[in-house]
Amino acid sequence: MTERRLWSWLAVVLGGLYFLLPLVGMVDFSMRMQRDGYSFEAYRVVLADPQFQQTFGYSVVLALLTIVLGILIVVPTAYFVRLRFPGLRPIVEFLTLLPLVIPPIVIVFGYIRIYNTSSVLPLTGSWWGTNLLLLFGYATLSLPYMYRSVDTGLRTIDIGSLTEAAQSLGAGWARILAVVILPNVFVSILSGAFLTFAIVIGEYVFAALLNVGSFGPYMVWMGGNRAYEPSALAVVAFAITWACMGLIQLFTRFSKFSTVRR
Amino acid sequence: MAFLDILRLEKSFGAHRVVKDFNLNIEKGEFISFLGPSGCGKTTVLRMVAGFETPTSGAICIDGRDVSGLAANRRNIGMVFQAYALFPNLTVEQNVGFGLRIKGEGKADIRTRVGEMLEMVGLPNLGERYPFQLSGGQQQRVALARALAIRPQVLLLDEPLSALDAKIRTSLREEIRRIQRELGITTIFVTHDQEEALSMSDRVVVMHQGIADQVGTPFEIYNRPATRFVAQFVGTLNLLDASLLDAAAGRVGLGDLPVALNRKLPGRAGDRVSLALRPETVALGRKGEGSVVLPGHIAEVHFLGSVIRIRVAVAGQFVSLDTFNQPDRPPPSVGTPVEVSISDRDLLVLAA
Amino acid sequence: MTTSVASLPTAFRPRQVFSWLGVAPFFLFATLFLILPTLNIVLGAFRNAEGQVTLENLGKLLSPSIRSAFWISIELSLLTAALGCLFGFLIAAAITLGGLPRPLRGAILTFSGVASNFAGVPLAFAFIATLGRLGFVTMLLRHWFGINLYGAGFNIVSFLGLALTYLYFQIPLMVLIITPALEGLRREWREAAESLGASGLQYWRMVALPVLWPSLLGTLALLFANAFGAVATAIALTGSSLSIAPIVLFAQVRGDVLNDPHLGYAIAFAMILLTAIANAIYILLRMRAERWVK
Repeated sequence: MTERRLWSWLAVVLGGLYFLLPLVGMVDFSMRMQRDGYSFEAYRVVLADPQFQQTFGYSVVLALLTIVLGILIVVPTAYFVRLRFPGLRPIVEFLTLLPLVIPPIVIVFGYIRIYNTSSVLPLTGSWWGTNLLLLFGYATLSLPYMYRSVDTGLRTIDIGSLTEAAQSLGAGWARILAVVILPNVFVSILSGAFLTFAIVIGEYVFAALLNVGSFGPYMVWMGGNRAYEPSALAVVAFAITWACMGLIQLFTRFSKFSTVRR
Repeated sequence: MAFLDILRLEKSFGAHRVVKDFNLNIEKGEFISFLGPSGCGKTTVLRMVAGFETPTSGAICIDGRDVSGLAANRRNIGMVFQAYALFPNLTVEQNVGFGLRIKGEGKADIRTRVGEMLEMVGLPNLGERYPFQLSGGQQQRVALARALAIRPQVLLLDEPLSALDAKIRTSLREEIRRIQRELGITTIFVTHDQEEALSMSDRVVVMHQGIADQVGTPFEIYNRPATRFVAQFVGTLNLLDASLLDAAAGRVGLGDLPVALNRKLPGRAGDRVSLALRPETVALGRKGEGSVVLPGHIAEVHFLGSVIRIRVAVAGQFVSLDTFNQPDRPPPSVGTPVEVSISDRDLLVLAA
Repeated sequence: MTTSVASLPTAFRPRQVFSWLGVAPFFLFATLFLILPTLNIVLGAFRNAEGQVTLENLGKLLSPSIRSAFWISIELSLLTAALGCLFGFLIAAAITLGGLPRPLRGAILTFSGVASNFAGVPLAFAFIATLGRLGFVTMLLRHWFGINLYGAGFNIVSFLGLALTYLYFQIPLMVLIITPALEGLRREWREAAESLGASGLQYWRMVALPVLWPSLLGTLALLFANAFGAVATAIALTGSSLSIAPIVLFAQVRGDVLNDPHLGYAIAFAMILLTAIANAIYILLRMRAERWVK
């Protein structure tokens, strides 16, 4: 027993070293911009950069829109598949898992071939079209996470009875989804949403290949041209990821007290 | 020296003493039950015998050899768990043959032995199945076959029936006892079900807060409980508050009613005591010599089918008694004044 | 599931139409942005610029530069998937079975959730800041221990450097997936095996690993696909100096190199094929390994 505990500590300590050192290195490097000691100069420079403000703001808006789009697509689907079309379940699950199987770069390559300026739907030809395409692309990337979260949430409530109860009180479908189902899977949706946010905010490949100036390409550009600022950006990105995961934890824990069993 | 000796066994988890000074000698081939409520330490004792827990102090000897320091996989002890614990990735045959494979026995020998074991537990045709394809009762039979296949010195059963349906529980109970007798294997059976313990065992150990309150045959345990806990835990019991009037003459007072027990009692006059009596020892009406007769009236009548349980109010307290159903005699109605009689020998006096 | 209301004949039709309207957007979306693009690539891989069916594009994959790019990608993905599984398993085993303090388990799981999502550009930056020429650990080793990493031939912009970086999201992913599986191992299985005479090693070989096998395989396939499709980390770390399949495709799409869209189709198709094969192998093995649960 004690020997086993010793090995376990060893595994955790070695793992901890591997996982903490890059974080320490990142923070350390980001604060060395001024020769005479640690400073937050790199952060100041980055935050004051209008390019940063613009690309970061763009990515935040895009991430929020992706979440909204994801909810609109996923929630009704997951609900009706559970309630009305259990036969469609394998197909829907397969489709939602596809973005994990097909590399993102292949998907965006397909977009460029299908929606280029000489196609039936020339999305890449206009500013609006390109942004729309990026938005749908990100919704595709987030599909596995969104669907899983929502479907897990739906499993814990008895949507059949809830729906029948709402119907017997005279509610229509839109109202049932918005007033009965949505609040009950709210926490699950939130965890899917934060995950989506963390994925979208620093995404590079889609944005770069569609020539959109979002936060991801900005970071790569900084990486190629500056020394200390990239580390500061990495710290910011890491903090955002932490915040998203932290919020997921917080909400799931909070929900243990508020929602129905299990 | 008996076959399995447990000497001064103690177990503490931190500051919490779970088992206190536990002593027991088990003869070869005996079927012993550990009976008690959950948390009484019975499973801990069993797990120490199996080698899954290390005793804080004390010794466990099997066949004259101290096994306390021996790892579980060296003890040659068969164990059946509450929740089946069949290996889900192995077929029934592979499960039963597991211990033999570990011992390095030949394939043909294993097959023969596994066949015998499955025959013995009555599942000769299910060898190819996986555990998830079996019912709970079948899984537990396989678990029994698996434990016995290695020809263990001792068989340990940790509440093996508590996860099963009532009907299967009864039939499997009889089957376990039959197999145990056939093999003559020394067995410890842990349960919180007193009916199981009483019906199956050669001897019962009633445990309470880490202590063995009483060790005895089911007959002794039931009829001569040593402590108030044993009396209450085993079987249904009427407990009546009384006070000692005269210890030497054996007279107690039940409210205003004096009761003569005609035997010497411990304690002093004025002590509070409890009178304990089993429902089946109480009879309606006046019985022969040596009976204590108490006046009262019918308070409740419960018709249970073959048995009618009647609660009689006696001196402000209640006595439950059982009578057999007789088609030509309907039960008395509530409020009827009656007399109940008890043989003075069946009236147990317990310290309050 | 209750369908009693739905099966009332009078209310049946309009409700069914509504339900179809509910799932229609999803299927439209999946068709336009998932199926058609993929299909376009698969078909494009077998056509030339004039639209005739050909194997010429796939033939170009055999050119030495592209073949080696795929080979490096496969090696990188296999290596990081295997090591990710191994180390992730050890850490998960340590926190589930190792008798470590309970709060540590929660902390490590939370951190794994973060680290597995901390892929891409920022991760590359973190590793450059740590193991780059002027990185934290590089300097630390040189000043304190007199070890010159770069003098010894190490470079973060290399296969090894990339593998080290990929492990940063591979290991936590494994921890996240395998921890519940390890917690599903019941204590009674181990005790039953012990009482039947099995050693700890025998228990692991004959019971625990076979039970965990499907999850292990699944994670391996997932980690493989995960590493194989990762582009951003590699680009941010190495620019395009390390030629792995996704970077070659990236360059093709950007038109940095020869602009031959049909070679791009072929590369993309080969990537889909590889991840699909990885997943198919996984599904097949899993079905074999899980005979014992239907």
